[in-house]
Amino acid sequence: MITLRRPEAGPAVPAEPTPHGRRANAIRVEHLDAYYGTHRAIGGVTFDVAAGTVTAIIGPSGCGKSTLVRCINRMHEVTPGAYARGSVFVGDVDVYSPYADPVAVRSIVGMVFQKPNPFPMMSVYENVAAGPRLRGWRLSRREMDDLVERNLLRAALWDEVKDKLHRSGAALSGGQQQRLCIARALATGPSVLLMDEPCSALDPIATYRIEELMRELSREVTIVIVTHNMQQASRVSEFTAFLLAGEDGVGRLVEFGTTEELFTTPKDERTEAYITGRFG
Amino acid sequence: MTSRADRVFAWSVGALALLVPLTLLGIALLLLVDAWPSVARYGLSFLVTTEWDPVKLVFGAGGYVFGTLVTTAIAILLAAPVAIGASVFLVEYAPRLVRGPLAFLIEVLAYIPSIVYGLWGFFVLVPFMRTTVEPALQGTLGGVPLLGALFSGPVVGLDLLTGGLVLAIMILPIILAIAREVVSAVPSAQREGMLALGATRWETVSRAVLPYARAGIVGAAVLGVARAFGETMAVTMVVGNSSTDISPSLFTPGYTLASAIANQFTEADSELYFSAIVEIALVLLLVAIVVNAAARVLIRRTGAAREGMIL
Repeated sequence: MITLRRPEAGPAVPAEPTPHGRRANAIRVEHLDAYYGTHRAIGGVTFDVAAGTVTAIIGPSGCGKSTLVRCINRMHEVTPGAYARGSVFVGDVDVYSPYADPVAVRSIVGMVFQKPNPFPMMSVYENVAAGPRLRGWRLSRREMDDLVERNLLRAALWDEVKDKLHRSGAALSGGQQQRLCIARALATGPSVLLMDEPCSALDPIATYRIEELMRELSREVTIVIVTHNMQQASRVSEFTAFLLAGEDGVGRLVEFGTTEELFTTPKDERTEAYITGRFG
Repeated sequence: MTSRADRVFAWSVGALALLVPLTLLGIALLLLVDAWPSVARYGLSFLVTTEWDPVKLVFGAGGYVFGTLVTTAIAILLAAPVAIGASVFLVEYAPRLVRGPLAFLIEVLAYIPSIVYGLWGFFVLVPFMRTTVEPALQGTLGGVPLLGALFSGPVVGLDLLTGGLVLAIMILPIILAIAREVVSAVPSAQREGMLALGATRWETVSRAVLPYARAGIVGAAVLGVARAFGETMAVTMVVGNSSTDISPSLFTPGYTLASAIANQFTEADSELYFSAIVEIALVLLLVAIVVNAAARVLIRRTGAAREGMIL
């Protein structure tokens, strides 16, 4: 029986190269189908995400890229009527095994959403502490203070909020709110961070800061980012997956490779058409 | 020509719209004029002195205020937890298929005329309270120090407790309907944010949904209080209406402000008596305005207020 360990703070999957020279997989998606009721949104998606990298998922609207990323932490099924078939391994745990508990899965995979969603009735501090509290970590006041500070530092937000830790998380600017959500997701030390178009509601400067932050963080956390912005994908990611919906409305993986290859020498003509702006 | 017709039309609808605030102003002014002899004579002590004797021409509404506060408190204490729990169930747990029909049934409950609740209360609830609930309460809690005082005295069934219970049943659908709106107005991004941190469903409700909806839920409860405060017919039929004593016992056959008016407005044979009754009405009007305004502010804050939703 597979059980999910609840990780301690800190990255659970090392970003060291394996003896074969390839980095270990943090995520493996295998034959994944996702449905909304009877509609199949994505079909037969298979790819690996190397630990300690940033992987971008790109594709035109409606290709199922958000659905795909939401399958990795089993958030997809939160939508009424939605379910998925296939396997997603995070580390060596199959999150779709019948024994896997979606709540436990979400506690080892962090997620940042399209619109910043700090909890407005909680302070900046409480937002970051929310995950550890949910997990029931018994921390002294001092340890919690340290944890909050460390994660706000990791999210490059500490300097801006250290004097207003006890004000509402909703009182920050949009970009700060999104970085607060990143700190909140990091606080329990997930090995994987999923980002679903995290900059689409932000201005260019806030976007730039988040992109910079992603490159920093990818040394300790494996990041999968959904983006509709191809420049963003090429700026931040090492690997890119291109998803496209067929005429049947089912999103399929057209091409997966290093970002450089995919953007300079795409193997599939549909990829080339998309990245050169001929559709989407 | 057209622009002139336009102006005429604008002026006439404007005048019609003006009728509403003018009516309210008129009612308030008339109440104030008629209540003035009593207001001038008793001042604020009207609300705290409890002697109400039309023969001796002494009027203090303290007993009525007390009865109103007690029945309203019973009503909100019983109704609010049920309403909040049910609203969470309807929004967060109920299968879609039952959600609509249940919500409809709740709204129907809110539209039942209060005399119907009164009749049911008088013929069903009062005998049940007299024969079963109240003897049981007295038998079990009656001996407990301090708490026992709440359940002391003769068991009649027509009393503040039954009045409060009928009020609770009446305000339940109102609080529930609004709490449901408020809870469903919580953005799903809030739920997803909490779920994605590894929260269970219950943790999501208790740590994200309810805190977000807190102001609006309090507003819903306040609106229930406002309704309980002024509710007349059903309470009058079950509350007893014979004692203005301020007694700790919930078995006191007391009055509320509204039931006092309903019982006595035909008997006011002197100017001061009439004026005292009108002053009670004035108090009810002022409380209603203040409490409803407060509730609106609270519910707005959660962004759940819809046109025409607030009764």
